[in-house]
Amino acid sequence: MGKEVIEVQSLRKDFKSHSSRSGLKGAFRDLFTRNYKVISAVKDISFTVNEGEMVGYIGENGAGKSTSIKMLTGILTPTSGTVRVNGMDPHKEREKFVRSIGVVFGQRSQLWWDIAVQESFRLLKKVYNVPDDVYNEHMNHVIESLDIGPLLDKPVRKLSLGQRMRCELAAALLHNPKLLFLDEPTIGLDVLVKLKIRNFLKEINEKYKTTILLTTHDLTDIEALCERVVMLDEGQIIYDGKLAKLRSNWGEGKQIEFQFGENVTGDELQPLLKELDAEWTPGDRPNVYVANVVNEEHVISEVIGRVVAAHRITDIKIHEISTEEIIRNIYEEGMLNG
Amino acid sequence: MGKYIEMIRIRFLMMLAYRTNYYSGILIYSINIGAYYFLWSAIYGDKGEIEGLSVIQMTTYIAVAWMARAFYFNNIDREIAQEIKEGKVAVEFIRPYHYLMMKTMQGLGEGIFRLSFFSIPGMFIVSLIFPIEFSAAASTWLFFMVAIILSFIVNTQINLLTGVLTFFFFNNDGLIRAKRVVIDLFSGLLLPISFYPGWAQSVMDFLPFQAISYIPSMIFTEGFKGSAVYEALLFQVIWAAILIIPIQALWIIAKKQLIVQGG
Repeated sequence: MGKEVIEVQSLRKDFKSHSSRSGLKGAFRDLFTRNYKVISAVKDISFTVNEGEMVGYIGENGAGKSTSIKMLTGILTPTSGTVRVNGMDPHKEREKFVRSIGVVFGQRSQLWWDIAVQESFRLLKKVYNVPDDVYNEHMNHVIESLDIGPLLDKPVRKLSLGQRMRCELAAALLHNPKLLFLDEPTIGLDVLVKLKIRNFLKEINEKYKTTILLTTHDLTDIEALCERVVMLDEGQIIYDGKLAKLRSNWGEGKQIEFQFGENVTGDELQPLLKELDAEWTPGDRPNVYVANVVNEEHVISEVIGRVVAAHRITDIKIHEISTEEIIRNIYEEGMLNG
Repeated sequence: MGKYIEMIRIRFLMMLAYRTNYYSGILIYSINIGAYYFLWSAIYGDKGEIEGLSVIQMTTYIAVAWMARAFYFNNIDREIAQEIKEGKVAVEFIRPYHYLMMKTMQGLGEGIFRLSFFSIPGMFIVSLIFPIEFSAAASTWLFFMVAIILSFIVNTQINLLTGVLTFFFFNNDGLIRAKRVVIDLFSGLLLPISFYPGWAQSVMDFLPFQAISYIPSMIFTEGFKGSAVYEALLFQVIWAAILIIPIQALWIIAKKQLIVQGG
């Protein structure tokens, strides 16, 4: 593989937070002395990312994703450990460093709210010292692929979320950075906009070998874009590897969803799965039950055979376990040894 | 440097985007100048002069003080506080510029906007209604220009200082409000410093506030003459230099212990 773009070694971030004492008496005591608690948001994580990789960075809320991204972009100082991004220390050489990265925070805008999008672009062009010819060639392409041409003369506050997000992405790529951090870029967007953004990201990744680190709660983004995932839980990396491998280790098994044509209860169905490696879970509608089975031919056929013989059904669907469920299982069961 | 000039332009555009603010500003300033004019006319009665200022000088002082305020006044302390509270400051840290410098430039853009679309036409209108004396000497105008640029710098530095303190207090609305009252009172906007009792005047000699309003207004009304003008300008320059130190110090500490609020 190519050269390393991100190198993180035993990175740690502790936050000091004060806890309030309870009651009126406690509130008075808080005026003079406060109780401090040290919370580790990120606990000694290490990983590397190579040039041109698209890495999905996933974890539950509060797992430490945003904190580690903020350390990688130089916004926060690490408590301990070393970070080298694009061969620089993000905090020490901040001004030089930030020229080599692009960042999109899905939850906060980096365009100027009251002025037209093109004015923001013009300012950023000056800020990053992009020469006219480079700017024109690169941005014309970006504007066209993201289809934001008609939005350029509108103030940001008049754009819809999807329109704004596409403009944010264009703004982050204005100086054509080698490395792009995307913090929940598709939050709250509709399917079409999501697709457009994904295709665009794929395209720039191929064209410029841009390295992309993506955090999201929408696993379909990860499935569409990333080969590799880094999974965080309680500030530690619990999985770092190929998404495909994650699926094959954890995705064994299928779900068979039955829609019954008559009223059934869980107790009635229970005996049907006797001596089989399978179990029932109630579906999301009345008279729908899902059989979770191992991914083996004879078990699947046997379950379907027994159910169909015993009850009348109106519909049947077979699902593979989705990545979302795999991730949920991992979080619920804790650490992963693979 | 290009980026900082571009920022001034952007701020200009933003001011234009909020026209209502602009019109209501003109109204508020006119009311203020009018009210002070009548107040001071009543105080003067038929006295020729108080504390070395004639009634016409006093009216000019008030009008100039308010018009200069339109130039040096800005809300960047409030903006910094808000950006810190909302966590927007994170975005500013991923830009290759100095955040405080950029904020200063925004303040300057705002100042230039108000000076050209507000103070100058406003001054013209006010001079039609109230008796105001403009100096004919080119040197007075030149010194006045230097003085209001310096008063912009000192006022902006105090705003930056108050704004950056949000990093440490998280919520400092009270401080910002207090600062505003202190500046209006001690800068000589409401009352020339020479009207304060002697002990208060000597205390204020050790504070930066009179650099903001008193000095430019006194220069304009020719209340300062000869070497007093140079001393006053030197006072402003010294404070502009001194204030850099706490701002830089606080900024470095703030960056180290920055906690981005809200996600």
